[in-house]
Amino acid sequence: MIEQLTVLAWTVTKISFLILIPLILAVAYFTFAERKVIGYMQSRVGPNRVGPWGLFQPFADVFKLLFKEIIIPAQANKVLFVLAPMMTLIPAFTAWAVIPASDKLVLADIDAGLLYILAMTSMGVYGVIVGGWASNSKYAFLGALRSAAQIVSYEMAMGFALVGVIILSGSLNISNIVEAQSGGLFSWFWLPLLPLFVIYFISGVAETNRAPFDVAEGESEIVAGFHVDYSGAAFALYFLAEYANMILISALASLLFMGGWMSPFAGIPIIAEPGPHWFFIKMFSFMFLFLWFRATFPRYRYDQIMRLGWKVFIPITIVWILVAGIFRVTGLYGG
Amino acid sequence: MPNAIPIIEIVFYLFSGVATLAALGVITSRNPVYSVLFLVLTFFSSACIWLLLEAEFLAITLVLVYVGAVMVLFLFVVMMLDINLTKLKSGFASYLPVGILVAIAMAAQLFILIWATGAGSQVLEYGDADGSNTRMLGELLYTEYLYPFEIAGLILLVAIVAAISLTHRRRPETKYQDPSRQVKVNRDERVRLVKMDAEED
Repeated sequence: MIEQLTVLAWTVTKISFLILIPLILAVAYFTFAERKVIGYMQSRVGPNRVGPWGLFQPFADVFKLLFKEIIIPAQANKVLFVLAPMMTLIPAFTAWAVIPASDKLVLADIDAGLLYILAMTSMGVYGVIVGGWASNSKYAFLGALRSAAQIVSYEMAMGFALVGVIILSGSLNISNIVEAQSGGLFSWFWLPLLPLFVIYFISGVAETNRAPFDVAEGESEIVAGFHVDYSGAAFALYFLAEYANMILISALASLLFMGGWMSPFAGIPIIAEPGPHWFFIKMFSFMFLFLWFRATFPRYRYDQIMRLGWKVFIPITIVWILVAGIFRVTGLYGG
Repeated sequence: MPNAIPIIEIVFYLFSGVATLAALGVITSRNPVYSVLFLVLTFFSSACIWLLLEAEFLAITLVLVYVGAVMVLFLFVVMMLDINLTKLKSGFASYLPVGILVAIAMAAQLFILIWATGAGSQVLEYGDADGSNTRMLGELLYTEYLYPFEIAGLILLVAIVAAISLTHRRRPETKYQDPSRQVKVNRDERVRLVKMDAEED
């Protein structure tokens, strides 16, 4: 009894200190980085008033959101309206359980890790659809429908892109996938799976409803999409989930295609040592890409998003899965 | 540990309780959107029970396929339809005998299966030496059961193609763009420069 309670307490502690607190802080400073980076890209300075260099800005934002009133529209479905943001947030956080930062630094090193991540990220769409429907507003509902169609379509391309990784590494366990890429820059999977890598990251941007695929928000056409009626803490949950998902996609891209905690400089002493710092450097680069995309590209038109997903990405991935199989059978890569 | 709490049992009854209540919710809730969400909860709880059996591949695939894709489309359709609830509910009692009959038949089939094969007392093989049943399942599907598996896949493909070709109507009045033509467009197709003399006043 005591033993089981200790295990439980220890697991809860690990979850909060390894995942929850770092993730929430990362999200807070990711929003700050977004405003700073896009600011400089547009010849502005970004937030610089709260604290030194504006470093306390995220906390000011969080407290503002938390103390605001949550307004529930009179005609909304109240139960689902309150539940929906949580339905988005919970999968976004639980998916992090299997993300390793190094060969030892991981909460749950499970065999079907990659499948687990796919399953969890695919559940996030419920919060978006239910939230858009429960708001009982035309704009919110349009945003929810757009987002649902988009997420379901790009999930296919994303899943197929991951099949290539599974073929080459021969495992669903994320630690094993990284181990299969051990070596320098050119033994990572981005090289043999280059089309899948590009498709994976673009689909990841589409899955998280980020620019240039942010038609679910589309502030110039449907105001703010599915969360137009949300305010205060409920809005903050959607926000948190979106950014946690962006960081998750970046982490996965660096683990599955860029060798995770492997060093790019094989053979050179000292800097060839693998370690979590490499993983974080790679992850931050991908996170920067998200911001760069947002500052650069205009929004896609909706029908072209669908065309890109179904008619361009899925055929390419299917062909490249065959190519990956050939790599594996001939022993060029993997195996 | 003789005094240990039977965690597995508690968790099993918890999840099966949730699954049963959610299944009841599917058929009793007045709002079809609630029904779909209850069905999602039922699937999820069943997946958790499968996880208790260490069938992690099946459990996660259930969540991925049914919860993550199929039910999303269900929800999508249910939300867009304007369903008249009173009309639907009126026939509820008259379907009851048929429903009970089907339920009894299904329960009987299950009991006979369990009784005949002794599946209740059978010890299931969880996985290979590493305890990974994903690998074991994959090896079985692609060696021993290769033909049934491939045939099932082919049947599904045919069904998809058939469903699309039966329902897809090409309407002549639909306007659409051809992006490859849009990309290839050049100046001469769009702009015509006209040279004309200056006119007086």
